[in-house]
Amino acid sequence: MALRTLFTKKALTRASGLGPLGAAAGDRGLGSGLGQARGLTAASLPDLPYDYGALEPAISGEIMRLHHQRHHQAYVTNYNNALEQLEAAVAKGDAPAVVRLQGAIKFNGGGHINHSIFWNNLKPEGGGEPPHSALGWAIDTDFGSLEALVQKMNAEGAALQGSGWVWLALDKGSKKLSVETTANQDPLVTKGLHMVPLLGIDVWEHAYYLQYKNVRPDYLKNIWDVINWKYASEVYEKETA
Amino acid sequence: MAMALPLAYASSVVHPFEAGRLSFSTKATKHKKQIYQFRNVTKVLAYYGLTNPPYKLDALEPYMSRRTLELHWGNIHRGYSDSLNKQLANSPLYGCTMEELIKTTFNNGNPLPEYNNAAEVWNHDFFWESMQPNGGRLPWGGVLDQIEKDFGSFSNFRDEFVHSAMMLFGSGWVWLVLKTNERRLLIVRTSNALCPLVWGDIPIISLDMWEHAYYLDYKDDVSKYVNNFMDHLISWHSATTRMVRAEAFVNLGEPKIPVA
Repeated sequence: MALRTLFTKKALTRASGLGPLGAAAGDRGLGSGLGQARGLTAASLPDLPYDYGALEPAISGEIMRLHHQRHHQAYVTNYNNALEQLEAAVAKGDAPAVVRLQGAIKFNGGGHINHSIFWNNLKPEGGGEPPHSALGWAIDTDFGSLEALVQKMNAEGAALQGSGWVWLALDKGSKKLSVETTANQDPLVTKGLHMVPLLGIDVWEHAYYLQYKNVRPDYLKNIWDVINWKYASEVYEKETA
Repeated sequence: MAMALPLAYASSVVHPFEAGRLSFSTKATKHKKQIYQFRNVTKVLAYYGLTNPPYKLDALEPYMSRRTLELHWGNIHRGYSDSLNKQLANSPLYGCTMEELIKTTFNNGNPLPEYNNAAEVWNHDFFWESMQPNGGRLPWGGVLDQIEKDFGSFSNFRDEFVHSAMMLFGSGWVWLVLKTNERRLLIVRTSNALCPLVWGDIPIISLDMWEHAYYLDYKDDVSKYVNNFMDHLISWHSATTRMVRAEAFVNLGEPKIPVA
């Protein structure tokens, strides 16, 4: 158990402390032996800070397992492959190849970044502790109330066409909170270089379909039971310090 | 409009009338005039009915389960259809075939709010008809000839189609289209609800790559889904019928039917 805490603490720090790109570039969690052997800074799948079944009934254990072990792992693997190919292309001076790889890097790298944040955004029974102090006041100022924020995020998440994410974002410059959406696996930073994600909700169908079928609004309603406000507060306080 | 691309043969346009109160008079002219002046405003609506897939919902087992079709067609496709009709109740868009509606609402890349629903209704109709029980295997005749001409061999085409499906990032569709200007077949990948009709191309076969299309049956094993589609579901019968019509359009252009 202690060992597990050690690893999860590492994963937590990496995901939250280094900002949007840090998680991908600096992550040397478990299973990175191969990356180090190659001399590359390879991304690797962070461990979940809780069991797969711990978020029930909001999110089923089956979804959590597939989401983490299959989808996130695939993003990590493909991101590493794309980086390898990029390195080779840069070394050869193959500009068309470099440009061609950007799509795969954005998609898979974004997927890795986003999901690393997402696992920290969730906590068994996290929703029971609403945000207080700095983040709580900021939410009241910028949205009116916590209920208004939840309603806004749910509305934007439900209205998102196709696949994507809905975020509670902090603008580092203006210190204002806002609700943003990104398409596919675009990380929040694509909406603004000063945007920091406090909370993200995955509205890709793989995040809820097995349990909620096509009723995305039910998933959005229930996920607030397991949202980790503590993490969001920590990030907020760190960025506004 | 004369023969539009008849690729979704079942979306019917029905015009329900809401009759207001009529006040009749004994005089013939007044009578005639007043029939067309209802007390309540007559509302003419455009309405597109939800079509059924051309097979029972369990007919595609084990490659696509009945449960998937119940949800995909019964909830999702039906949802798009209901949303579209709700939007059209307050919209000036009226009198269009489905294809015309899609092109109009696409608005040259600046889509109107009805576009997404209209396109998804059409896309799903087209998709159900792109599949059949005991499908897959090889095309024959003209379709096979054209595929061999444009892709080198059927196996090249198959590999390219599968690869295109695997390379799709996010939600979308993979299409085999006949390009009207280039007069050749091409594999095209579109995101979300985008439909090649808006570019004037003629779709021959489509594959739904949204996760809801396969997640219940295959979870994240996309490769198995796509390969099963190619080997067991794809309807070359539909493709042949569509190709025949498409060729007529490409070779002869829009038919000129004289106005009476």
